[in-house]
Amino acid sequence: MIALEKRPEPSRAWSFATPMLAVLLTMIAGGLMFAALGKNPVEAIRTIFWDPLFGEFAFYYRGQLLIKAGPLILIAIGLSIGFRAGIWNIGAEGQYIVGAICGAAVGLAFYPLESFIVFPLMVVFGALGGFLWAMIPGILRVKFNTNEILVSLLLVYVAEFLLASMALGTLRNPDGAGFPGSRNFRSYPAGFNEEIIAGTGMHWGVVAAFIAVIFTYVLFARHQMGFQIKLAGQAPRAARFGGVNPARLVLFCLGLSGALAGLAGLFEVSGPAGQISIDFNVGYGFTAIIVAFLGRLHPVGILLAGLLLALTYIGGEAAQSALGLPAAAIQAFQGMLLFFLLAVDVLTNYRVRLGKREAV
Amino acid sequence: MSALLELTGLTKAYPGVVANDDVSMTIQHGEVHALLGENGAGKSTLVKMIYGLVKPDAGTMRLLGEGFTPAEPRAARAAGVAMVFQHFSLFEALDVAENIALGMENPPKMRDLAARIREVSQAYGLPLDPSRLVGDLSAGERQRVEIIRCLLQNPKLLIMDEPTSVLTPQEVAILFKTLEKLRSEGTSILYISHKLEEIRRLCDAATILRLGKNVGTCNPREETARAMAEMMVGEVLHVPERKPHATAEVALELRGLSLAAPSAFGTALKDVTFSVEKGEVLGIGGVAGNGQDELTGALSGELPAQAGQIFFEGHDIGPLGPNARRALGVLAAPEERLGHAAAPDMSLTENAVLTGTVRKGLSRKGFLNWRAAKDFTNEVITRFDVRTPGAHTAARALSGGNLQKFVIGREIMQDPAALVVNQPTWGVDASAAAAIRQALLDLAANGAAIIVISQDLDELMEISDRFAALNAGRLTAPVPAAGLTVDQIGLMMGGAHDLEAAHG
Repeated sequence: MIALEKRPEPSRAWSFATPMLAVLLTMIAGGLMFAALGKNPVEAIRTIFWDPLFGEFAFYYRGQLLIKAGPLILIAIGLSIGFRAGIWNIGAEGQYIVGAICGAAVGLAFYPLESFIVFPLMVVFGALGGFLWAMIPGILRVKFNTNEILVSLLLVYVAEFLLASMALGTLRNPDGAGFPGSRNFRSYPAGFNEEIIAGTGMHWGVVAAFIAVIFTYVLFARHQMGFQIKLAGQAPRAARFGGVNPARLVLFCLGLSGALAGLAGLFEVSGPAGQISIDFNVGYGFTAIIVAFLGRLHPVGILLAGLLLALTYIGGEAAQSALGLPAAAIQAFQGMLLFFLLAVDVLTNYRVRLGKREAV
Repeated sequence: MSALLELTGLTKAYPGVVANDDVSMTIQHGEVHALLGENGAGKSTLVKMIYGLVKPDAGTMRLLGEGFTPAEPRAARAAGVAMVFQHFSLFEALDVAENIALGMENPPKMRDLAARIREVSQAYGLPLDPSRLVGDLSAGERQRVEIIRCLLQNPKLLIMDEPTSVLTPQEVAILFKTLEKLRSEGTSILYISHKLEEIRRLCDAATILRLGKNVGTCNPREETARAMAEMMVGEVLHVPERKPHATAEVALELRGLSLAAPSAFGTALKDVTFSVEKGEVLGIGGVAGNGQDELTGALSGELPAQAGQIFFEGHDIGPLGPNARRALGVLAAPEERLGHAAAPDMSLTENAVLTGTVRKGLSRKGFLNWRAAKDFTNEVITRFDVRTPGAHTAARALSGGNLQKFVIGREIMQDPAALVVNQPTWGVDASAAAAIRQALLDLAANGAAIIVISQDLDELMEISDRFAALNAGRLTAPVPAAGLTVDQIGLMMGGAHDLEAAHG
């Protein structure tokens, strides 16, 4: 009989080891799935994890890695702050869209003005858009005690319709011969989020992600706000006793995660994506939830998890084209990662005991 | 005639701890036998073995001279052993008779059962109406349901686990009459408690457990409470010293504080008025659930009050939150240690930051000074003798008594001008409890105003200068504690049940 015994305190060693174990288990289970699909599992795993970094076309994939990891990390960092406090913003995808729309709209309004002020203004309004979109579930929760999980999630679908309306109407490129989609920022240098070092994928959004990682690390390690966030998540009554104002905390966490998601959207629309289009959002806001948990809600963990997930994205696409794996198999593979992570998490707080169970 | 129950060399080990180590004891016919010991001394494990919930690793039990190895509680009940647990297992939405029928092997027809319940309840002086809903009953009445459920089985041995912890003095008196009647009829009672005065009043013999071992059997009528406490603890007990030192200078004052119940299960505070002087200890008694948590919250600032209801040294602090009150010197230690007074998974250092930031200057411009926090934590650990591997240990890894010493010490070390403590020694062993009470008295001697909210009347009488009781969210006028009789205290607390029934 296998029994779980609660540890007197969470194991530090296991809290580092469980993500590795989860990745390993995902490789095994994913390999079995690929084998069942009739593909060579070793080759599939190599195509996903190895080739993008060290394979023949790595020069192309390496740049893609930062482009994909940047928004994931930026959004996940914001989400992790709320998650630690027990505030569940599931609607980062919507905040990402609205941030992109607001920032892009400001940039396009200045077209064709060539001024250094355009891009910073776009950044500010991108963050503001995401912030305000996240304030909707925030204020509803504080005033009416609604569930922020549902409200933020449903607002994603509202944001998607807003995006379609913008791409087809308000922000449509007047010189675009009627095609849906806004003017492309590649043809508007003052508003373009260019690679800082060509070919590396390093754009301002990636810089912002790194800054967010450092900022959050300091927040949790040294700042009282970070302490209060952890406290509120672990022991809400103790937090109130410790002087934490729960309403203010809800607004802070939702607002910050919304602003970061909005920033990610702005950097994406003004850089890699280039324009507002109907299919602008590709699910970064949802994948970031996985990234946040895979990184154990720790900023450095999220940095690594974001890079890992980006790798599975890029590797997954490569596997689709090179091996003909169905897209659903890649998504299932990513799902396995979260599943195993949550499953092995139990080892942090519990010890496995083999042997006869005590009759109690 | 042989003894009713003989235990020989009972041993039970759990991973990492021997709960019972070679325990032998004998319970005679018609005897009220006390089982005494601190928390974790092994009392529960021992009675669980008698009641068939736990199998001993070694040792034998003999009931009426025959081997007794109950595999499950049902077998124990069939052999004539019944048990009233500290926590009741009753369904609130069912009436008394239905609850009793649920616990029976072959329940009779409801009408016959109701008649039997009436009969037994009258015979033993435990008034109880079989048709009332359990949800409407007080804690004392619920306990009667459990007792009558046991009595219907005509037990030879009745085990009672801390039965008086939920009762008012009057209810305790009724319970003791019942137990004495049972004894006169030849039923034996195994009575678990750590309230020594109670045991001296009621019990014929006492077995004392310490760290799982039987450290002695005595006749409690011939021993002093102090001698028994020292047997329990294994060391000489230090009795708190107390001299009155109220200064006639009001520190904390409540003027007609009213507060809506914070949740559906909470109690509304109604027109609570009192003042505490510097250097004074005000004891607030009452049966649990009569507004103790709400009053603590109102005083700590977790449940802010309206302006003009709470004053500290002339400042209106009603609308202030916990940290603003801390800045003024009003500190609190709530009842629930894990999850309220301390965050279970956080280290002691982090838990020191929880309340110590404001007064100990543990943060500058919002940035925490972890080194100072750790120093402060270590000071608390040293001065209050908190047994722990170190400041990095998670709060939940500490025993109840040690965590309580930490929680109270954390507030005392911040040099409060007024301190509110709720159940300061609940679930704490005797020596730690004595240390905590002494620390509170020392603090009062230095001029702090102290409010002790507790359900332990002995404790309140030991340390309070004045006493008041909470019932259904109302507070009686405080009266000097010296010279109060148990009857007077009971009357102050007792109105509670009538009011409770009326509003509940």
